[in-house]
Amino acid sequence: MPEYQTHEYDVLIVGAGGAGLRAAIEASAAGAKTGVVTKSLLGKAHTVMAEGGMAAAMGNVDDRDNWRVHFADTMRGGQYLNNSRMAEIHAKEAPARVRELEAWGAMFDRTKDGRILQRNFGGHRYPRLAHVGDRTGLEMIRTLQDHGVHQGIEFHMEATIVTLLKDGERCVGALAYDRERGQFRVLHAKAVVLATGGIGRAYQITSNSWEYSGDGHALAFHAGAALLDMEFVQFHPTGMVWPPSVKGILVTEGVRGEGGVLRNKEGKRFMFDDIPENYRSQTADTEDEGWRYTQGDKSARRPPELLTRDHVARCINREVKAGRGSPHGGVYLDIAWIKEKLPNSVEHIKKKLPSMYHQFKQLADLDITREPMEIGPTVHYVMGGVLVDAETQMSTVPGLFAAGECGAGLHGANRLGGNSLSDLLVFGKRAGEYAAKFAKENRAGQLPKDQIDAAARWALEPFDRGAAGVNPFAVQHALQEVMQNLVGIVRREEEMLQALEKIAELKQHAAKAGVTGNREYNTGWHTALDLNNLLTVSEIVTRAALERKESRGAQFRDDYPTKSEEWGKYNLRVQKGADGTVNIARAPVIPLTEEMRQVIEEQK
Amino acid sequence: MTPQNESKAIFRIWRGDATQGAFQDYTTEISSGMVVLDAVHKIQAEQANDLAVRWNCKAGKCGSCSAEINGSPKLMCMTRLNTLPLDQPVTVEPMHTFPRIKDLVTDVSWNYRVKKEIKKFQPRKPDAADGTWRMQQSDVDRVQEFRKCIECFLCQDVCHVLRDHHMHDQFIGPRFLVYAAALEMNPIDSADRIAELRDSCGIGLCNITKCCTKVCPEEIKITDNAIIPLKERVVDRFYDPLTRLFKMFG
Repeated sequence: MPEYQTHEYDVLIVGAGGAGLRAAIEASAAGAKTGVVTKSLLGKAHTVMAEGGMAAAMGNVDDRDNWRVHFADTMRGGQYLNNSRMAEIHAKEAPARVRELEAWGAMFDRTKDGRILQRNFGGHRYPRLAHVGDRTGLEMIRTLQDHGVHQGIEFHMEATIVTLLKDGERCVGALAYDRERGQFRVLHAKAVVLATGGIGRAYQITSNSWEYSGDGHALAFHAGAALLDMEFVQFHPTGMVWPPSVKGILVTEGVRGEGGVLRNKEGKRFMFDDIPENYRSQTADTEDEGWRYTQGDKSARRPPELLTRDHVARCINREVKAGRGSPHGGVYLDIAWIKEKLPNSVEHIKKKLPSMYHQFKQLADLDITREPMEIGPTVHYVMGGVLVDAETQMSTVPGLFAAGECGAGLHGANRLGGNSLSDLLVFGKRAGEYAAKFAKENRAGQLPKDQIDAAARWALEPFDRGAAGVNPFAVQHALQEVMQNLVGIVRREEEMLQALEKIAELKQHAAKAGVTGNREYNTGWHTALDLNNLLTVSEIVTRAALERKESRGAQFRDDYPTKSEEWGKYNLRVQKGADGTVNIARAPVIPLTEEMRQVIEEQK
Repeated sequence: MTPQNESKAIFRIWRGDATQGAFQDYTTEISSGMVVLDAVHKIQAEQANDLAVRWNCKAGKCGSCSAEINGSPKLMCMTRLNTLPLDQPVTVEPMHTFPRIKDLVTDVSWNYRVKKEIKKFQPRKPDAADGTWRMQQSDVDRVQEFRKCIECFLCQDVCHVLRDHHMHDQFIGPRFLVYAAALEMNPIDSADRIAELRDSCGIGLCNITKCCTKVCPEEIKITDNAIIPLKERVVDRFYDPLTRLFKMFG
């Protein structure tokens, strides 16, 4: 029988990215004994890779901005499938969360009058993203980390959750293993917050790190919590496409915010050819107007390169398919051209986009101040996640909360760039606050010995199969290929049905995965266990995408290429059936309050 | 030498645990544009599933995949194979300054303990009624340079005070001198760390050989911009003869 070390907490946080750390800070500040489990070392979570900035209507650069505009932008970007109450809370609370970071030591870029500088980004009407060059995520995670370590939070670095534990209906903790020694830890908690990020590792070409294996989504699903909007997977329009080994690495939208343009191999700015109706009145008519917008001309409208990510990614995909792409299967993103407009463009680009300059110089031998980049869509973000209450972030399982990318609701069918970092802060804080409150109001639940033993036994099975078992890396690679090719940026029914068959086969392979060596820092073993989560979320994404028979936001169906008014009335809600199957049901979109309806009207 | 498509290279990777280990050779296919981390992953997936290696972002932003490649401290994700001589084996081994855990993974927990001991950020009263501060970009440029640090700990790895003399209990190392400098030069921070820099941080042990600056993947001018100015502050406070005179009669 495996042995366990037991730890007791009021609040257990799973994940130490922006949402997890912000939740932990809030919970511990409320007096809750708080533990954080993170798969990596502290400060390495995926938030570190966020580049462009965090959206908050502070109006430092353009005083026409306020929460009403931000709310309307978020709803329009999400194609009105958003939880409007979450969008309202987010728009109202984001400025305070950004200012708080400054009070904790974050050092944002400054305006001329010494305030926090804000930049343009896709889908945001005014310059709204507080940023630090193109390394805003690093600034955010370091600030939260350095503040958090003085708060008395207990960190379990390099530990992974095997399963959530339940006492009846309620979540009462989790079983984890530490990666270094491979020992099990029972984490007994009155409330648990999932802040595990996304699912990008289910795909071949992704901007996401290995950690993004859909852990929170899958853990919540298996614990009986409802998920929402899982068909909506965001392809970021600009990932690197060459050399092959860096395919998918993110190129920040900030490049376009600073004046970068997209061209096909004929040199044409193709984004001007396809401007959606609901954005036409906000989009520049000419290249010159677009340039003036990026340089802060308040009378100018934004260039079409700064339309929403779903749209830009599809336009790039279309150019490539039509044979107008670049040599390595992308299109060109050109910031070097601004030398025609700015005499000191080389220095300017290096100052505004330092890590992009660095990244291309080192990984692709390319100087972005002189040459255009080759870019193409890359899996970046999942809008779907654990269904939560807008105010408290509690899931449908009592005591289980979710925040950040693994939660659902704020972004609807498509997320605006910059709304993720602010999401992490706003709802991370709320999750921590309400988890601490729940912990105060409820006694510790009973630890379920049978669940712990069963999960630990399951986790050790790959060692029993040893070298005779299936190579877990091979299964993971096969799954990534299936999702990339059959449930990608353009979807159709017969391909997704094929994907489901293959996922079912791969599940059988995964159940036979074997590993050699011992339990100490054994990456093969870690991968074998991650497979369960990856396969769970892959099946859910595919089934939800099959079910939604329309094209909206990030979901584009070749066989249903238009948006349907009928489908606009529903979110898709996913829940585990009694027999373990994935049940999908339509849930009516939360109706707008009269006040919010008016805000949307006035911002049209 | 530029790797051609479908050519092969040998990677001599250190395998072992806290107590013992040895280099082991792996031959693997390489293709154009590959970095060392790609090769290590390929070997892990195809030949050695239990090969331990840390990584996250694969884009030089998280500082997880630090190792010593052909003897030089580097990020595996940012070291292109075409910068290495591939007619001989490429050696990949864990950082030397930290205790080994397994294969390429080391125990860097000391760094987290050291950081916690440094007096944390303490802002002065906000400048504006809404709780915000006013700072000019030119006043924050230097601090932003220091805050680029990705905590890869390569500077700690190469620092001879730590690497050769093992003075981990007397010297906080370049990473945390940069951290302290970011706090000390922050225009709104009000704490004073000069005495602790001299005492518990051991800044005097640095004899400015600039090895740290050379290996910094973020190109932070660690010695010139962080350590030397901090040393000057310590000297001004504790060793300046005029100040001492004033203190004597003050």
